[in-house]
Amino acid sequence: MYNEKVVEHFNNPRNVGELPDADAIGENGSFKCGDTMKIYLKVKDGIIEDVRFQTYGCGAAIASSSMLTEIIKGKTIDEALQVSNQDVADELGGLPPLKLHCSNLAADALHDAIANYKKKQGSVVKD
Amino acid sequence: MNKKNVYMDHGATTPVRQEVLEAMLPFFSELYGNPSSLHAKGRDVRKAFEEARRVTAASLGVEPDEIYFTSGGTESNNIALRGAAKKHGSGHIITSSIEHHAVLDVCKDLEKQGFSVTYLPVDKYGLISMEEFESSIKPETFLVSIMAANNEIGTVQPISEIGAIAEKHKILFHTDAVQVVGQMPLNIKELNLDFLSLSAHKFNGPKGVGALYKRKGVKIDPLYHGGGQERKLRPGTENVPGVIGLSKALELAVGELPQKAEELAKLRNRLIEGLVRIDDVVLNGHPEKRLPGNVNVSFKYIEGESVLLSLDLHGIAASSGSACSSGSLDPSHVLSAIGLDHQTAHGSIRFSLGRGNAEEDIDYVLDIIPSIVDRLRQMSPIRKESC
Ligand SMILES: Cc1ncc(COP(=O)(O)O)c(C=O)c1O
Ligand SMILES: [Zn+2]
Repeated sequence: MYNEKVVEHFNNPRNVGELPDADAIGENGSFKCGDTMKIYLKVKDGIIEDVRFQTYGCGAAIASSSMLTEIIKGKTIDEALQVSNQDVADELGGLPPLKLHCSNLAADALHDAIANYKKKQGSVVKD
Repeated sequence: MNKKNVYMDHGATTPVRQEVLEAMLPFFSELYGNPSSLHAKGRDVRKAFEEARRVTAASLGVEPDEIYFTSGGTESNNIALRGAAKKHGSGHIITSSIEHHAVLDVCKDLEKQGFSVTYLPVDKYGLISMEEFESSIKPETFLVSIMAANNEIGTVQPISEIGAIAEKHKILFHTDAVQVVGQMPLNIKELNLDFLSLSAHKFNGPKGVGALYKRKGVKIDPLYHGGGQERKLRPGTENVPGVIGLSKALELAVGELPQKAEELAKLRNRLIEGLVRIDDVVLNGHPEKRLPGNVNVSFKYIEGESVLLSLDLHGIAASSGSACSSGSLDPSHVLSAIGLDHQTAHGSIRFSLGRGNAEEDIDYVLDIIPSIVDRLRQMSPIRKESC
């Protein structure tokens, strides 16, 4: 059902866990019903220095989470903002059509984290 | 630990037994005649085909002319339910909320055609209540269809009590026994059954062949019209190799009962005991009234498909009761009906045991699972506190 790359990421996910000193945390999904992802970013000089994730979900959700963290590590916040759900699925070499919605989780959680980061930055500037 | 191949998805389908395959093979080659033909080629096949019907009937303790061969469980259910509905024209049907889609969706369709349907709720174990059943019977009720055992959670319904109530109120009684036939002893003639559906691929027979038991004298309208085979109830040139395989598989399976069921139940209990010893693992279904081969548990805080995939990487084949692949994240209607919250339902896994599973398979699974569960729980943002 899944290609080798997806299975490999599911089996050996990159950057799993929490970042206690994260500069931003993002979340996507519903804790009640279905795939859920939490992403932690460490940002320095506008660059994502480190990233961790925690995911509750199917194989596609876990592999997408792992792949996303690989894609964005070392990117600037603005570059990371450009990463789409499709990019994650493409980097994984494709997902079964019915599983595409599961890969949306990752980029959406990232965008949530970046929005939180910008909000925080904004409030810092304002203060 | 070396990777093993362990098949624990017998509820989905089972491998064809060697003896069954061998019985079938001649009917793909030299015994190719059409059983309806008058010549010797046809007559030889007719003879074998009717012998298969006799063996099937004998294995079930019923008369040969009460057996109609079909293409499987789905078709048997459709012929019985739709056939009875067609005969009655209008009225009320009672079923349960945890039926297989091959009953549930037929009932939904019959609703569209103007029939009214009661979907009986179940308790947390998956059992319907006899009081609720009896009080749902109306003057216009003509049929009740309750599965003998549930395919997901394995709960075995009290079909003898249901039959007694159906008889008292003079309504037809159908049971989808696809998961039961060949796995548990069954005495059709003591159950006041009017119809029973079975499917060969669930008891080590071939796929795409099944049977409907219809009690003698019970009249229903056929859904198909054609060459008149199966006494006009299921016309079409017979699936001869399939039926030969079905009868052989059934004869062998029933011949091994009740010992085989007891052996399976022992393995099942060993697996259940081992699984529920893991933190936050709960058994779904009834602790005792369950199919001898069915184990269904929920691993809290992790999602079923990720468990299945991990099991698959270790050579273990099981199935999950929920899938986000449907595009909706709704858990199965069965897990919802027994009142599981979404989270628990999403962590549900079914291991269905069958012929060929041994104690060492159970122990292999029990060795592997804790590390799978740990790994996925480590990865999960959902913890005990947050639920
Ligand atoms: C309870 C039940 N009914 C009906 C069916 C359908 O049987 P078949 O696949 O032979 O059409 C199944 C098979 O999954 C089943 O478990
Ligand atoms: Zn998913």
